[in-house]
Amino acid sequence: MTPDPLTDAARRALDGVYDPELDEPITDLGFVRSVEADAARRLTVHLRLPTSFCSPNFAYLMASDAKDALSSLPGATAVVVVLDDHHDSEIINRGLAADAGYRGTFGAEAERDLEELRRTFRRKAHAAAMERALTRLLRARPDLPEVALHDVVLADLPDDDATRALLRRRAAYGLGLAPTDPVLVDDDGRPLPPEDIPVRLRFARAVRISIDGNAHFCRGLLRTRYPDSTTDQAPRPWDATRPVDPVNSLKENVS
Amino acid sequence: MYTKDGESYFIVDAHIALWDARPENQLNIHGKQFIDCFYDYHRNLSPESELWSYEEYLYYGGERLMKDLFDEGHVDHAIFQPARLGAFYRNGFGQTEEAFALASKHPDKLTYNHCWDPRFEQAGLDRLRRDAERFQLKGVKLYTAEWHGDSRGYKLDDPWSYRYLEAAQELGIKNIHIHKGPTIRPLDRDAFDVADVDKVATDFTDLNFVVEHCGLPRLEDFCWIATQEPNVHAGLAVAMPFIHTRPRYFAQIIGELLYWLDENRIQFSSDYALWTPRWLVERFVDFQIPEDMTEYAPLTVAQKKKILGLNAAAMYDIPVPARCAVTEPAAA
Repeated sequence: MTPDPLTDAARRALDGVYDPELDEPITDLGFVRSVEADAARRLTVHLRLPTSFCSPNFAYLMASDAKDALSSLPGATAVVVVLDDHHDSEIINRGLAADAGYRGTFGAEAERDLEELRRTFRRKAHAAAMERALTRLLRARPDLPEVALHDVVLADLPDDDATRALLRRRAAYGLGLAPTDPVLVDDDGRPLPPEDIPVRLRFARAVRISIDGNAHFCRGLLRTRYPDSTTDQAPRPWDATRPVDPVNSLKENVS
Repeated sequence: MYTKDGESYFIVDAHIALWDARPENQLNIHGKQFIDCFYDYHRNLSPESELWSYEEYLYYGGERLMKDLFDEGHVDHAIFQPARLGAFYRNGFGQTEEAFALASKHPDKLTYNHCWDPRFEQAGLDRLRRDAERFQLKGVKLYTAEWHGDSRGYKLDDPWSYRYLEAAQELGIKNIHIHKGPTIRPLDRDAFDVADVDKVATDFTDLNFVVEHCGLPRLEDFCWIATQEPNVHAGLAVAMPFIHTRPRYFAQIIGELLYWLDENRIQFSSDYALWTPRWLVERFVDFQIPEDMTEYAPLTVAQKKKILGLNAAAMYDIPVPARCAVTEPAAA
């Protein structure tokens, strides 16, 4: 097949569309079923989800974000985004086709907008990224007691993937990126007194486990539902449920 | 009863169903979508040796249930937690009459919990009083994402929901099992939010609130609430089978639950027939926290005994043979 620059650009644009709940691009999750461009340069993208009963507000967010991302491509003359096999496919697809917006799509089931929902999941994504970076720091420096995390600032973190991911989540959530900004903060971005640090870190860990676990479950269900999605999925970069030492740890079954 | 390495475990499967999802009982496409979703859960998380055919999965009947749970599944007592799903199935999803007849025939083995929906308002409240009498209810199962007319879900802190909980108090229905599916209305907020559990747990301190699948996919929100509300419990439906597909994730779930709650407020279930109990019981007894997960203490035999049966037995006043007990009693 000859590569088509428009569909390539479309896939790259979709890399920037995230599942807010799983904090990952919809492309890596395998949610993009197909990307096609016809002779008139009209783009048609089909999306698929792990179950018919995935929450419709998240389904709508991803589908409408996908349409926004694709509509800004200079080469596309028109964009059609279709959500397949969902209990609300009809409602959502009709809303997308008419550019009806969230309230126009869902009518009485929508009250205002989905900004609070987005903010809730940006908060969770930040907490999880903060925990990943700090747990990695604690593992690298066994001499560092947990309460000493109070004094750790962004400049103290190594220049690695966990730190870069944290910075992205901080920016998305509206927290500062200055090298002197404290890393361990509450949900409002404020540093915590040392005595509150263990519980904050512990809670952030529960957030991270919840998101990671959901991501595994959703990926697995998608593969069960659509076996051909297996090759579309990229491994989750943050996989704390994988063994540190694969030889001496329990085997994780891939199914 | 399951015995391993000289230890006897009394098993209570705290969440089972007898459903009928055959095409003739499906009311619309959503009936098919719902059972297909369940079947994908089953196929995705079961070991290959435990897989059922789709036909078997649609309807299995009481005889098969008795065999899977009690002849082969090591289960001593099981509790029906039915979902009605009246918008998807003609005669409902959970089969009330069939399950209740089975429980009446085997009262030592089965407890029948029923369900209510506060959106039936006064008529449903009257119905609840009759149901409590007929089924001798000790508990109910609430599925907050049930569709009803134009509504696609409710919150536990809705005014009519409070009236039903007040009636439960009065009728001696102490155990409220909650399944947080994606509650749709309003769509603006997180569909899996468990904040309403917090409110009712504070206002009804004499009721037990068992949150099924321990709040997943919102484990952290559930743990945060359960830490503050001593009458909030974790049901392990859906979490259990990760013991096979993702044992390290399962270890983290159990580790977090034991940290935020305690060993007296966690209940085993297979979520039958989503999964079958035999392999889950056997693997849980053999399970241990991986050594490199130093943030969690190893599981003890006493903790496993409580989770597998003693906690739910205490909640439902189910007698336990002395040899299965632990020295420190499980809290009700």
